[in-house]
Order: sequence, then structure tokens, then C-alpha cells
Amino acid sequence: MAYSEKLLDHFKNPKNVGTLDKSKKSVGTGLVGAPECGDVMRLQIKVSEEGVIEDAKFKTFGCGSAIASSSLATEWLKGKNLDEASTIDNMDIVEELALPPVKIHCSVLAEDAIKMAIKDYREKNGQ
Amino acid sequence: MENNLIYFDNNSTTPCDPRVVDTMLPWFYQNPGNAASRSHAFGWKAEEAVDYARGQVADLISVESKEIIFTSGATEANNLAIKGVFEMYARKGNHIITLTTEHKAVLDACDKVEKLGGDVTYLSVDREGLVDLKALEDAITDKTVLVSIMWANNETGVIQPMKEIGEICARKGVLFFSDATQAVGKIPVDPKATGVHLMAFTAHKMYGPKGVGALFVNRKKPRVKVVAQMDGGGHERGMRSGTLNVTGIVGFGKAAEIAKEEMEADAKRLVVLRDKLERAFEERLEEVYVNGSRTSRMPHVTNISFKHVEGEGLMMTFNENIAVSSGSACTSSSLEPSYVLIALGLGDDLAHSSIRFSLGRFTKEEEIDRAIDLVANGVTHMRDLSPIWEMYKEGVDLDSVQWQEH
Repeated sequence: MAYSEKLLDHFKNPKNVGTLDKSKKSVGTGLVGAPECGDVMRLQIKVSEEGVIEDAKFKTFGCGSAIASSSLATEWLKGKNLDEASTIDNMDIVEELALPPVKIHCSVLAEDAIKMAIKDYREKNGQ
Repeated sequence: MENNLIYFDNNSTTPCDPRVVDTMLPWFYQNPGNAASRSHAFGWKAEEAVDYARGQVADLISVESKEIIFTSGATEANNLAIKGVFEMYARKGNHIITLTTEHKAVLDACDKVEKLGGDVTYLSVDREGLVDLKALEDAITDKTVLVSIMWANNETGVIQPMKEIGEICARKGVLFFSDATQAVGKIPVDPKATGVHLMAFTAHKMYGPKGVGALFVNRKKPRVKVVAQMDGGGHERGMRSGTLNVTGIVGFGKAAEIAKEEMEADAKRLVVLRDKLERAFEERLEEVYVNGSRTSRMPHVTNISFKHVEGEGLMMTFNENIAVSSGSACTSSSLEPSYVLIALGLGDDLAHSSIRFSLGRFTKEEEIDRAIDLVANGVTHMRDLSPIWEMYKEGVDLDSVQWQEH
């Protein structure tokens, strides 16, 4: 299977790999997938007092497409407010990385991780 | 092989030995005959070449020339054996016994047999990948016509206790068929001394060309027959019609001759290299698991799970340099992880994390050394990216986590 240049670049030089302190109120964490399914994605956002995502980090256990999808997602999240971030659609990721049909679930996982991180942040902050 | 790419996928297919290629070349143009043409010299010459190659192939497995039926490959030979026996012995019974870890060519042929009214028992294997001999014996009934058990597994290299199985089959009076695709030409295989009555194998796993294989069918004590699954001109003693692939068969013969000469030395060399590779990973990395028996195993294969790293992702870190295959779902068309590894009792997570390294005649020690570095670095890189590795390192019990399965 030949992957796109963009996908390979995100895989080889993943952006924003790391861990944010999930106990902090300003941090929202989304953990989706399962080891038995072959992919686990953890995506975290750090939100400023103004409600803007100032940092995003990820760690992913999975195939190249899952890693590239989460790397891209963190790039897109930074600088967005929560409402804007909620509109990121998995098909945008599919298009940007030219994911083959069998890898579309990787983009769905990334969208789910984004939504779960936002939800976690909002719940923590009583929103 | 060209460029710097290291080929560790010899269980998928082996490169054709240049000596085999040289032997084949005159049979494309200079000698174009059809081995079934009885009326002219082109045909006689082709027939002679096929006979010679048949002898070389038979010699490798210590059987008679007449017991070799040439096919298009092992898949066809597996189909011919299973469906052909089922049809031929329908009056005796309709029951076949096989293993859950067999190759798809066997499992799918058994599936077809079930659709045609047959009964198939799929025996499970133990943690090592080995058949339970007691369970096999107990599974044989008066309706059993065939036991189909592979010689060596394609994914793990695990070798079944063939002689013991042969004894059970002989005692119970049932035919014993083996898919020996991964074993022939790499380790000594002697079906007659092992009690195997039918055996499938192929040229392209033993440094011969693709597109040619064989079914060994025992001719005496017992005289075994199969119903042809391909109808036509009655070639191959009526068991497999179709113009013989003379060029391929000539290559198959040469590959068999070389294998007979060299397999012992190849195996001796490869087992050292394989063990070096395995040991290096075990020394340099944590949470490394070798899948399947380490004692009853092919000399050139290792199947390793690097826990908390997904196989396809790992391969992407080094696939510009090394060619291997993985039991990860992401590399299969079914999107399911390897059923062979699952049958060994591995969790899905370890199956997703598995890589098969299969070395071959042309593997060099320098390639092993390079691969050790590339793979170990890849595993470390992927673990740095892996949230479950981080959780494991923090002492989180991964089994207690509520995963969001999708």
C-alpha cells in the first residue's frame, strides 16, 4: 500500500508527541480505541482562560495512518476555540492525508478523541 | 538482490536461485515443446525434461517419480488432496480432521468440503502451536477418511510431531495428508518414512519459480487415489489435466536438486543467524515474546511480538530497509489479526504486535546486524509514541482500563 507524502511525513516526524498533566483543570483528555483492536489514541488539549486551545499533545498505539491522523489532529487543534475544534470532521483528515478506504477508521478514531478531550475539559470546568 | 533492501520474508516466497534461472532459460524459446506432444521431437524433448525434473523432485523427498503430480502450486495441490480424497473415498466416510492453524488453502478447501456435505473437525493447538495427539486420536471415527496436518507452520515455523501423527493414522487406518509447503527443501522431509500418504509443496518456497508445485500421492501400501479437480486432457495420470509448465517444472527440479545438496548447510547457518536476531531483541528490549515452540521449529523463522507496539506501524519505521510481514490486522485484507497466533492463545494485542522474520539462503550476517539496529530503534521509537507503553511503565493494569472499543 502506498501512502501519501503528507501521511508519511506525519508518521516519520510526528508533531506534538507527549503527555499533558491530566489532573490539571485546563487539560482535557480523550482516550479512545482498545489494544485488542490494534489502535489506542490519546489526545490531550490545554485550554487557555479565553477558551482557546493553546497546546495539544498525543500518543498513539497503532498503524501509520492512526499515528499520522492523530499528529495532524493536534496540529489542527492548536489556536482553535472549543466550538471550532468540535467541527473538525474525520473526512477532513481522510482528505488531507489521502487515507485509503481501509484506514478511514483511523480518522474516525481521531475525531472521537478530539470530541472526548473537549467533553472531558468541559465537564471538568462545569461547562 | 538489488539495492540495499533486506529481504526477511522468505516464508512468503523465496528469490529464484540464479542457478535455477539458468537451467530454465532454454525452455522458454529454444525448446518450446508441449510435453504431451507425442508425434515430434519438440514434444519428446519436453517430456524428457519433465521426467528428469520429476525424478529430481521425487528424489528430494525420497519417493518414486510416478508419485509426483505436478500442479500450479501448493494451493492447487492442497485443494486436489482434500477435495480429491473426499470425493474418492465418499463410500468409506465423509469426515476430515485438520488444525485451526492450517493455511487458508487447506481451511478453505475444508470449508468447501463441509458445503458438499462433509464433516470437518478443527483441532486446536497448544500454546506452542502443537497438536494434541490424544485429541487427534480421539477425534478419528469410522467415518474419518483424512487427517490433514501441515508439516511446518507458515507464520510461526512450528513443526508438528509428524511421525507420531503418522503412527496414529496408520493404526486407525486413515489417510494422512500434509501441507509441507514450508518444510520441503529446507529440512529433511520423507513422507514415506513418516507415514504421510499425500503431501503438497511448491517450488517458490525453495528457491524455484512461482507457478509450479506438486502433490505427492502414495502409490503402494496403500494405493491412494484422488478424483481430479481439473478436467481436461488427462495429464498427470488423470489426476491433474492441463499442459505441463515445462519451464517451471525444469526449474522446480533444479531447485530440488540444489536443496537436497545444500539444505543442511543452509539450515545450520540460518539457525545461528535467526538465534542471533532473536537474542539481540531479547537483550536490548523489554516485553519481547517469541511466538510458538522454540524447539520444534524451522531453522530460519522467528515470529516475535513487541508488546505495546502495533505491527504495521512498526514495519513502517523500517520498511524502506527491511521487508518482513506482520500478524497485525492492519496488514490483512480481513482486518482481523492473525488467526494462527490467536489459536496459540495469544491475546489480540500481542497478535497485533507480531512480526515474522523469515530468513533464507541469500541472507547475510551483515543484514542481521543492520536489522537488529533498525528494528530495535523502531520499537523504541514506537513505544515512545505509545500511550499503552506509557501506562504500562506507570504501572497501570491495562486489563482494568475501560477501553472505548470501536
